[in-house]
Amino acid sequence: MRQEEHPLIGRSLDMPHAPATIRPVEDAARFNLRISPDNLAEASAAWGAILPARIGELASSPGRLAACIGPDEWFLIAPLEEQGAIEAAFSALYAKTIHSLVDVGHREVGIAIEGPAAADVLQSCIAFEVGAMAMNEARRTIIDRVPIILFREAQERFRIEVWHSFSDHVWHLLAGICREYELGV
Amino acid sequence: MLLIHCPYCDATRPEVEFAYGGQAHIARPLDPSSTTDEQWRDHLYIRVNPRGIHAERWRHIHGCGRFFNAIRDTVSDKFVTTYKAGEPRPELTEKEGAR
Repeated sequence: MRQEEHPLIGRSLDMPHAPATIRPVEDAARFNLRISPDNLAEASAAWGAILPARIGELASSPGRLAACIGPDEWFLIAPLEEQGAIEAAFSALYAKTIHSLVDVGHREVGIAIEGPAAADVLQSCIAFEVGAMAMNEARRTIIDRVPIILFREAQERFRIEVWHSFSDHVWHLLAGICREYELGV
Repeated sequence: MLLIHCPYCDATRPEVEFAYGGQAHIARPLDPSSTTDEQWRDHLYIRVNPRGIHAERWRHIHGCGRFFNAIRDTVSDKFVTTYKAGEPRPELTEKEGAR
């Protein structure tokens, strides 16, 4: 399924008074980077910003997110127009440093969860303690049996990266919970 | 729900993020062709199945993706400790083992 026709296109919640709302995030370039932590400095140079070294850390700069989600694994998000430059930079790096940079942009779709109750909404269907996440933390986890990557970008703003095929389910799940919070049930 | 500490993430996460990987510290014979059928059978299939402290492998499959080792009490289902793959099995005192 191509990114132009994923299930969440054009969706929005009409809940102006809800303490938390969800919306699809604009399309972006996404990469999965595997490289030895010893060579992180070279990868950071190719990426153009410092890549976080500790699992769970999230480094954000305008339009870009870089999360360390495994001992040798990073998840990178960048604006679409920067995709070619990033691929070229890592392609040049490949000559001297073994790594793998995989474009996963067509696999996933982003959902933003915003509002004072955002953490509570997510906690309804995530087993670990969402409220205990720090700002700029990113973790791979499970939401109602669906594997996701969860980013906390601000106190009241989260972002989920979920596969296309699961996104419809996650959307309706979160929409239902947001509705419950709006009604105060 | 069990809470398991992942030594790679350095975070405690619910059991649903993990997958069980069987008994830990089983070294594959360096020269399989020189082993007898009985030795090879033992390597493949014979496990200790203890009542009490058990060293086992777990994988944080819905987190960092890494295998690690854990010491778990099979009676109480309590995790005594977890440690990174490749590290030796920690020496436990009687008191720790009895928890």
